[in-house]
Amino acid sequence: MRAGGGLGAADLAALRFTLTQAALSALFACALAIPLARALARRDFPGRGAFVMLLGAPFLLPTIVAVMGLLALFGRGGLLNGALAALGLPPVSIYGLHGVVLAHVFLNLPLATRLLLLGWSAIPAERFRLAASLGAPVGALIERPMLRATLPGAFAAIFALCLTSFAVALILGGGPRATTLELALYQAIRFEADFAAAASLALLQYALCGAAALAAWRLARAPLTGAGLGRPVERWDAQGAGLRLLDALIIAAGVLFVILPLALVLLRGLDGLAEMPPSVRGAAGRSLLVALAATAIALGLALALALRGGPLAEGAGALPLAASSLVLGTGLLLLIRPHLPLQAAALPVAALLDGLLALPFALRALRPALREAEARHGRLATALGITGWRRLRILILPLARPALGFAGGLAAALSAGSLGAIALYAGEGQATLPLLMARLMGAYRMEAAAGVALLLLALAFGLFAVFDLWGRGGRHARA
Amino acid sequence: MLVLEGLHLRAGDFRLTADLTVPKGAAVAVMGPSGGGKSTLLSAIAGFLAPAAGRILWAGRDLVPLAPAARPVGILFQDNNLFPHLTALQNVALGLRPSLRPTEAERDRAEAALAQVGLAGLGKRYPAELSGGQQSRVALARLLVQERPLVLMDEPFAALGPALRAEMLALTRQTLMARGATLLLVTHDPGDARALADLILPVVEGRAHPPRPAAALLDDPPPALRAYLG
Repeated sequence: MRAGGGLGAADLAALRFTLTQAALSALFACALAIPLARALARRDFPGRGAFVMLLGAPFLLPTIVAVMGLLALFGRGGLLNGALAALGLPPVSIYGLHGVVLAHVFLNLPLATRLLLLGWSAIPAERFRLAASLGAPVGALIERPMLRATLPGAFAAIFALCLTSFAVALILGGGPRATTLELALYQAIRFEADFAAAASLALLQYALCGAAALAAWRLARAPLTGAGLGRPVERWDAQGAGLRLLDALIIAAGVLFVILPLALVLLRGLDGLAEMPPSVRGAAGRSLLVALAATAIALGLALALALRGGPLAEGAGALPLAASSLVLGTGLLLLIRPHLPLQAAALPVAALLDGLLALPFALRALRPALREAEARHGRLATALGITGWRRLRILILPLARPALGFAGGLAAALSAGSLGAIALYAGEGQATLPLLMARLMGAYRMEAAAGVALLLLALAFGLFAVFDLWGRGGRHARA
Repeated sequence: MLVLEGLHLRAGDFRLTADLTVPKGAAVAVMGPSGGGKSTLLSAIAGFLAPAAGRILWAGRDLVPLAPAARPVGILFQDNNLFPHLTALQNVALGLRPSLRPTEAERDRAEAALAQVGLAGLGKRYPAELSGGQQSRVALARLLVQERPLVLMDEPFAALGPALRAEMLALTRQTLMARGATLLLVTHDPGDARALADLILPVVEGRAHPPRPAAALLDDPPPALRAYLG
């Protein structure tokens, strides 16, 4: 099929599938986010704040845990097929293009909703008042221009994210008609040991993601997480009972779509805890270790780049956005393979790559905090001779502590949940929690996988919470 | 003695020239309209703005090549004079040595300075736990332990009410001036200038003029300053 590392028909099919699923995923996520964000922007209800916060959670949610939740809902033995069978209807399959798209919409609808909600909450309340007093159409006058400005960025960001997603394609895709470039890359290395093919696939994927990430970085300037999304504004154009009911239904559907799969993971996970294989203990330890090392790498690099500043550092910090764990993992693998057994490198490589991939997000969280510390107190520190390392220790680190905690939490949670290069390298006894989950799911041991999913969920969010709480513990916010 | 010799400052489009002498131990009010260059002048003396030309001499030595912390200069800014994450004592002790762990002797000196400005026993408080006037006193205590012969103040008490400001100026006079420090204080208030200053250094239309006795200048201001004083 392949001629000496060139691209064969199967690779072109993978390229086509990758682009198709990413475009469809981004399209559906954005289209569904419009009514949900609009409803959240103009309605207040008990738990609104909690729901908006929950919309930030999928960014930290290990992808494979999300897939597990979707399988519990839409999978072979899931709730939906159970209901269909009870009605005497034929079952539906979640595997293939629609499954991949469904999973990506589930993972990215919250992000799209938050990005659009940011757009809505950036509209001054006075404008709605003015429109109401003029009797002007709010949609055409205020909302559509905002969407025209916000949607391209949201679409591009989600498109780029869906290009690199590996776990979703691994579990729900596969076969000649539903293989992404990432999956093809994985198979080329893991099953065919065809390193030339892997190298060209990695190059293709890198170019593709680079272009998409560049577009997304240019179009979307809003933060991915953490931004406060204020109260809804008073609206005079949406007072009717019909509109109220519509918004209530939309919000209820959104809550169900986001919460139901997660609730199922929790529920089945509790049952599955007893079914977990003994290897789970080692896997949890390795996940923790890799996550902590990755956090140290991400924070160290982010600090260095943020302190150096300038366009070069900014570019270097954004570079990993174009890469995926598998692409970087493949590159390192080609470098390491002649010198070292892969298994010896598995965990360090995983930590290094996770750290690099978390770098752009860590940098985004740190840079404003460092800038503010310098702007407010830099001259005083200079006047007192607080320079060099002392400046870092006395001034910068304590004042940037909240941002450091947040960035560290992001990096740790992202790393704990990541299933990427580790899948290329790890030997039998070297799995991390996500990889152990993938292996259990591959062996159809769903109960055990659900138990591991719960553990992984607790680890990822626990790590985030610990770091973030540490960050909030300082004396930073005073005076 | 502070000598500004053929000094030319440039900050963006703004230009300021100065050719003047300030006698040692004088309390000098730097006065003039907003945007006239008062802060620019202080920035240059403190070492935050490199002059385009000229020299800044203190006791015969040119300060221009020295880093801000290496100059015989202590400075209070308009705001952010304390680090919010450090205690009052730590903030004061930073005037002795750039370290968060003062030695026993350094602690004692910082405590004594705090007592001198009326804050005995409040060393463990963070700036947010102190009133605005108390925060100013902590900053003043740091200036005291620094023992720099030349002190620059860029409207440091502007955020305080008139009574508190008068109190701080009196305290500055009692403590810093009593030790023979030379003080350049930016102020907008002729009352402050009268209360504290021996001399007034007018900064008007891009030029810093030689200092003149405060009372005489305020009673009979030159035309450029008259418009400003009203």
